[in-house]
Amino acid sequence: MATVETTRAPTKMGLVQPVLLLAAAAFLLADLYLIFQYAPTERVMGIVQRLFYFHVPTVWVGFLAFFIVFVSSIAYLVKRTDVWDRRAYVAGEVGMLFLTVAMVTGAIWAKPVWGTWWVWDAKLTTTFVLWLIYIGYLMVRAYAPDRQRGARWAAIVGIVGFVDVPIVYYAAELWRSLHPELVTGPFAESGGLESAMRTTLYFSALTFTLLFVYLFRERTAQRANEQALDELRARLA
Amino acid sequence: MSTYLRAALTIYWKDVTVEARTKETVLGVLVFALVVTFIFKFTFDPAPQVVALIGPGIAWVAYVFAGIVGMGRTFVLERERGTLEALLLAPVPREAIYLGKLAGAFTLMIVVETAMLPVFVVLHDLSFLSLPFAATAVLATLGLAAVGTLFSAIAVHTRARELLLPLLFLPVTLPIIIAAVSSTSLLLDGGGWRDVGEWLRLMLAFDIAFLVLSSWAFEFVLEE
Repeated sequence: MATVETTRAPTKMGLVQPVLLLAAAAFLLADLYLIFQYAPTERVMGIVQRLFYFHVPTVWVGFLAFFIVFVSSIAYLVKRTDVWDRRAYVAGEVGMLFLTVAMVTGAIWAKPVWGTWWVWDAKLTTTFVLWLIYIGYLMVRAYAPDRQRGARWAAIVGIVGFVDVPIVYYAAELWRSLHPELVTGPFAESGGLESAMRTTLYFSALTFTLLFVYLFRERTAQRANEQALDELRARLA
Repeated sequence: MSTYLRAALTIYWKDVTVEARTKETVLGVLVFALVVTFIFKFTFDPAPQVVALIGPGIAWVAYVFAGIVGMGRTFVLERERGTLEALLLAPVPREAIYLGKLAGAFTLMIVVETAMLPVFVVLHDLSFLSLPFAATAVLATLGLAAVGTLFSAIAVHTRARELLLPLLFLPVTLPIIIAAVSSTSLLLDGGGWRDVGEWLRLMLAFDIAFLVLSSWAFEFVLEE
């Protein structure tokens, strides 16, 4: 039996991941309690409004993840280290997952409240375009002839896509807008939410961010091991 | 700076000469735009009063799809004949290659767009001819070509290049498509420079952003 030295030791997870996992699980349970017990039922929209506590945090994480794709892509093109490519790729993958959840919950909420699953206003259009860019970002890698080129091209798509998003928003805004006003964040109108609702929303955002951090780290380590294994296989062949 | 522009111009001129002699791409793309327009007649069968409503959409779908087909070929010839390596070995900055190729794609699309204008008049009784429309078309085409040249350089090296180019290209160029169609609609409704000013500015901003970004990013596409 031939012994082969690995070029890289498998990435060890340490204590941080189990702690993060437990924390995310605990937060998720508490979050469910807040969403379904603590927060009051919205008077006009009724029970379906509680979807909002899933929708807004997943949108937030979806856009945050794409910001990580953008920053990691620049770092990869400048430094050319695998670790930045892994971060960019994993943020793309996990971000796409969160954005999909955001779009599905949004559509389910919109049907009873707006009477339609989807409208083409600036926020929804931008989210949809970002979702498509995520797909393109992941597909470029899948179709690339080798990993290095896939990484480089994906980085370009990540950067171009990120710069594109605000322009899409502006164009769609000019085109039409009928989305409700922002309830939180720098452009929010004051007094939009009752305080129990606000607390729940912030807690939920924190919870989903924590879940994202856990998934991101887990998948990054997994990807590192995948790559180490690939290298090992290549040397055996 | 002057060697830079000269290199870009040389590459551009080479592409124009090749195209002028073979007319392979320009004729193919033109016929493609024609076929798309003709299909619209039978999928929508627009009544005369509806034509004004959906006409700009018909025109820009034809232009954008033709653009995808045309730009998809920007690097195909270079790759098939193995001249891409020669191009890369040439002692010129990569931005010059990008600029030359971009100018080629832009010219091709403008030629096709112009040639299609009488077709719209005949098939759909649509006349777009006006100075603000020319500005709309130039700004939109510049933006489409800026993004298309970058992505076609990526797509040409992949499996399924015909699939990847529209997939990357269409979502990113959505602002241009929205702006071009909106501006054309306003003009068809009797609007003038003042009505489309905001759309023209939007396209100008898009063009500048993606010209700068793409010429920087292009270097990373072709690196071996």
